[in-house]
Amino acid sequence: MKIVVCIKQVPDTETRIRVADGKVVETDVNWIVSPYDEFALEEALKIKEAKGGEVVLLSLGPERVVSALRNGLAMGADSAVHLKDAKFDAADTLGIAQALAAAVKGLSPDLVLAGQQGVGGDNSQVPGLLAELLDWPQVTVAVMIEIQDGKAAVEREFAGAHETWATALPAVISAQKGLNEPRYASLKGIMAAKKKMIETKDAAALGLSAESLAPKTRIVSMDMPAARGTVKMIEGDPETQSRELLRLLHEEAKVI
Amino acid sequence: MPGIVTFAEHRDGKLRRPSLEAVSEARRLTASPGGPVTAVLVGPGTESLAAELASYGADKVHVFDDPALGTYATEPYARALAQAVTEAKPAAVLVPFTAMGKDMAPRVAARLGAGLVSDCVSFTARDGRLEARRPMYAGKAYATVRWEGEPQVATLRPNVFPLEKPDASRKAQVVKGAVDTSARAKVTAVHAAAAGKVELSEAQIIVSGGRGLKGPENFHLIQGLADALGAAVGASRAVVDAGWVDHQYQVGQTGKTVSPTLYVACGISGAIQHLAGMSSSKIIVAINKDPDAPIFKVASYGLVGDVFEILPKLTEAAKGYFAGKH
Repeated sequence: MKIVVCIKQVPDTETRIRVADGKVVETDVNWIVSPYDEFALEEALKIKEAKGGEVVLLSLGPERVVSALRNGLAMGADSAVHLKDAKFDAADTLGIAQALAAAVKGLSPDLVLAGQQGVGGDNSQVPGLLAELLDWPQVTVAVMIEIQDGKAAVEREFAGAHETWATALPAVISAQKGLNEPRYASLKGIMAAKKKMIETKDAAALGLSAESLAPKTRIVSMDMPAARGTVKMIEGDPETQSRELLRLLHEEAKVI
Repeated sequence: MPGIVTFAEHRDGKLRRPSLEAVSEARRLTASPGGPVTAVLVGPGTESLAAELASYGADKVHVFDDPALGTYATEPYARALAQAVTEAKPAAVLVPFTAMGKDMAPRVAARLGAGLVSDCVSFTARDGRLEARRPMYAGKAYATVRWEGEPQVATLRPNVFPLEKPDASRKAQVVKGAVDTSARAKVTAVHAAAAGKVELSEAQIIVSGGRGLKGPENFHLIQGLADALGAAVGASRAVVDAGWVDHQYQVGQTGKTVSPTLYVACGISGAIQHLAGMSSSKIIVAINKDPDAPIFKVASYGLVGDVFEILPKLTEAAKGYFAGKH
């Protein structure tokens, strides 16, 4: 079983995001692998351990992405493909999905795993875009995956309930928190990762031109959320506080 | 604004509120110059819902009424919406950012080769072009986004766009459509949620608990207040990671980003990651024993005190309040 895992490097969720000149300030940002992608990688490694096969990492981004790929290799992935080209800089989600789709086609895996959301961009788009571009089925927000007889049974969250889906393979499955507990790279894994290959591909190698990557959406500016008003403290014993709160929620805030 | 197509989600024979929010927003965006609003319904026996969509502003309702579409599956639903869009040639497509919309919209956009902007919280329209505002980094920053080309596909955050006043005299033309219903991925079992349970990201009121509850055995206090207020239950990352509650209750950057009208944070100190996920709530109530907890910086109302003393009193008072109201 060959599994491709798409990983994205994102600012650490504990980072205080700053905006200047309509853009997020990237200096002082601590880059991590999007937590949902770590669930995807862990699942791929577990499937490989149970069924055999290989795990290929795939990531699009600038030079810094190499450290994320190296860490994934140390966790146990077999090889990595780094999609790197200045032409990707302005790409939107659809352009990124096109590049990933072209790379996936070249690898012909049985399964693509990715996080259900790239933390920060918060689009939750790439797995679905990728599945449609590949003309593969998809199951998103998976909390359990079982591979059997060339098919996958997937438990996913859906509107407050859980559902079990059956999908043919190859498919794109996106990982949700709860799927597993990602492992840490071992010292042995870190040493082994140094010998593993990271292949770099540019847009031309994927058969993509600047025109085909032309973004369909564009961020024109960014700003910080408006500050919230000052807090009104409610004093008294718990009973008084409770009654006063309900009165204010009803009469002043008008939310109940 | 030339026409807009909206996706109308329904459950148990009723339109879901985010679908009505999408139609209402489409109506407002097409107000001048007027363009048709087409709502798309997928599923057997859904034609009866067309009248309600009309009352909120739909001029046309495209119905894919097929017994094979009774259960949601990504591929046929995406095919149906894309087909309706190809026929209507709208300037924009609005889909609720619900579990279903989140799953389906990317496939629709890729089928159409169109740009998709997720989780929009407001739009401005000029000469048929939309500009959207959306949170990023779970609300730590906001982006203003434009599209190139058409259709401009967007998903809309639930609870943010106001409903139009329904007008029962408004009628819509109903058009029937048919689509290939095959799916390579489909539902084989549903582990239903408890009756009346509200999906966190769509809830109007959320009561959330954090480490201040001290242990999973005390989480019933959160559930009790939530029940009294008709609210959904949420939790901080700390208590989810500690295994007190399932991760689908987690509010925050690696959980759900929510915008309810009322968010009650109980025993939650307010880590950046949690604040990011809930600070766009309309009204925030913070209950915490530490008066310096960061949660009070985003709160509208603050109660300093012991959650174990306040929650039972508040639950009791809420029950009495609602009993008196009805």
